[in-house]
Amino acid sequence: MLVRDVRDFQLAEDCLHEAMESALVHWGRSGLPQSPPAWLLQTARRKAIDRLRRSQNFSRKLVEYGALIELDQRAPETVHDIDDDRLRLIFTCCHPALEEKTRVALTLRTLCGLTTMEIARAFLDSEEAMAQRLVRAKQKISKAGIAYEVPDPESWPERLGSVLAVIYLVFNEGYATTAGERRSRVDLCDEAIRLARLMKDLRPSDAEIEGLLALLLLIHARTPARVTSEGQFIALEDQDRLLWDHNMIAEGISLLDTALQRGKPGIYQTQAAINALHASAASHADTDWHQIVLLYNHLHERTDNVVFLLNGAVALSWHSGPQDGLGALALIAPQLTHYQPFHAAKADMLRRCGEMEKARDSYMTAIEMSGNHGEKAFLTARMKQLDPSQL
Amino acid sequence: MKYIVLIYSDPSTEPQYGTPDFGPFMGAYKAATDTYVKDGVMRGGDALQPSSTATTVKVRGGKIQTMDGPFAETKEQLGGFYIFECASLDDAIKYAAMIPSAANGAVEVRPIQDLDF
Repeated sequence: MLVRDVRDFQLAEDCLHEAMESALVHWGRSGLPQSPPAWLLQTARRKAIDRLRRSQNFSRKLVEYGALIELDQRAPETVHDIDDDRLRLIFTCCHPALEEKTRVALTLRTLCGLTTMEIARAFLDSEEAMAQRLVRAKQKISKAGIAYEVPDPESWPERLGSVLAVIYLVFNEGYATTAGERRSRVDLCDEAIRLARLMKDLRPSDAEIEGLLALLLLIHARTPARVTSEGQFIALEDQDRLLWDHNMIAEGISLLDTALQRGKPGIYQTQAAINALHASAASHADTDWHQIVLLYNHLHERTDNVVFLLNGAVALSWHSGPQDGLGALALIAPQLTHYQPFHAAKADMLRRCGEMEKARDSYMTAIEMSGNHGEKAFLTARMKQLDPSQL
Repeated sequence: MKYIVLIYSDPSTEPQYGTPDFGPFMGAYKAATDTYVKDGVMRGGDALQPSSTATTVKVRGGKIQTMDGPFAETKEQLGGFYIFECASLDDAIKYAAMIPSAANGAVEVRPIQDLDF
């Protein structure tokens, strides 16, 4: 809201920080105001007026200044306005005119309140590079005229798709680094779930938002079982299902049911459905692999994303044997030679087929391409288990 | 805000003058331009002669140097432009997407700086 009012992302951010500093002093002295967000907004707006007043090119800022003065004299904001503002902000940060990585970084900075340092760490970037990326993004938003608006109905599906993709990327970033690497203060998986919940609160009854939140909960529920105390990754078939967070699973499944009843299918609901099948299976062997194969095929048809075929091939290997899985992998090999999970999946299927020598080669490739200690440890352990006498 | 929309395309992939596709292609340009005028966003625009007619000019040490051809030699050439006045980038993108050449080439949407001289 402040960003929209002052029409300058950087100025808005600076003023909000100043307002928060004042809040620490004022609220400590005289207690919480009736509506803390409204207090912050009004204070920040007044800081912006001060800054604009002081700024050298005052005459050019006159328009913005006038608009602010007018807003300052109006009635204080309601919680509803503030919700609208967060929705506008998330659509702005996830605007498709920004590079994908920038969208993620900007969302983490503005909506999750992570520091530049924390975001840089999550991306294994230098703090300086991340700071520059954020500055460039804020400049583009202001100079290219990216509006602080909820998109109009005709572009809603595409723009919502971009927001949900960013949330999913935040989650995956967290999921990929939870194993191995010493965890930083912030857990990106929790942040992603928080963002998905926020979207659901701001836009209730949207099937794909519910689908995404269900998907994140269903995957996150497995976290306690997917890493050893040493940080080594544990494959799905070896996980202790009692360690899964069953409250989280129940919430995910109930959300997915609600979403599916709306009769508006989508890729996040389908992926949530796959994870619901994992979550509700008594064991790895009892999983409805056939259904999972069909769902992955469906996802590939809808998105043309070959990674869904890779996941489908893995499911097929559990449904009708690793030979069939390898057959499916052969069809997509040319497109995925540079994709690490392809080699990890292939190594595992070769191992299960008893093709130890070929399995070793694939493990080597997968280990070399993996950027994650926990996964490297897991793959190395698997490779060492290959029985040399069977060579 | 004002935006310039630069139209880049490979001339060999666009409908050629004298072929049956050319008429509808130009018709699509006219329809797009009519929409821009009707919606009040049109501030200018033109098609350019092929980049083989371009001359690149540099001044070095006070001397004018000319070079035959465009500044950047690429397969996709700058073939024309529009100038729009829109409320936001989203609007500019919406209008840019109506340009027929966007379907086989690409269009670049650039905000125009508001300089006071």
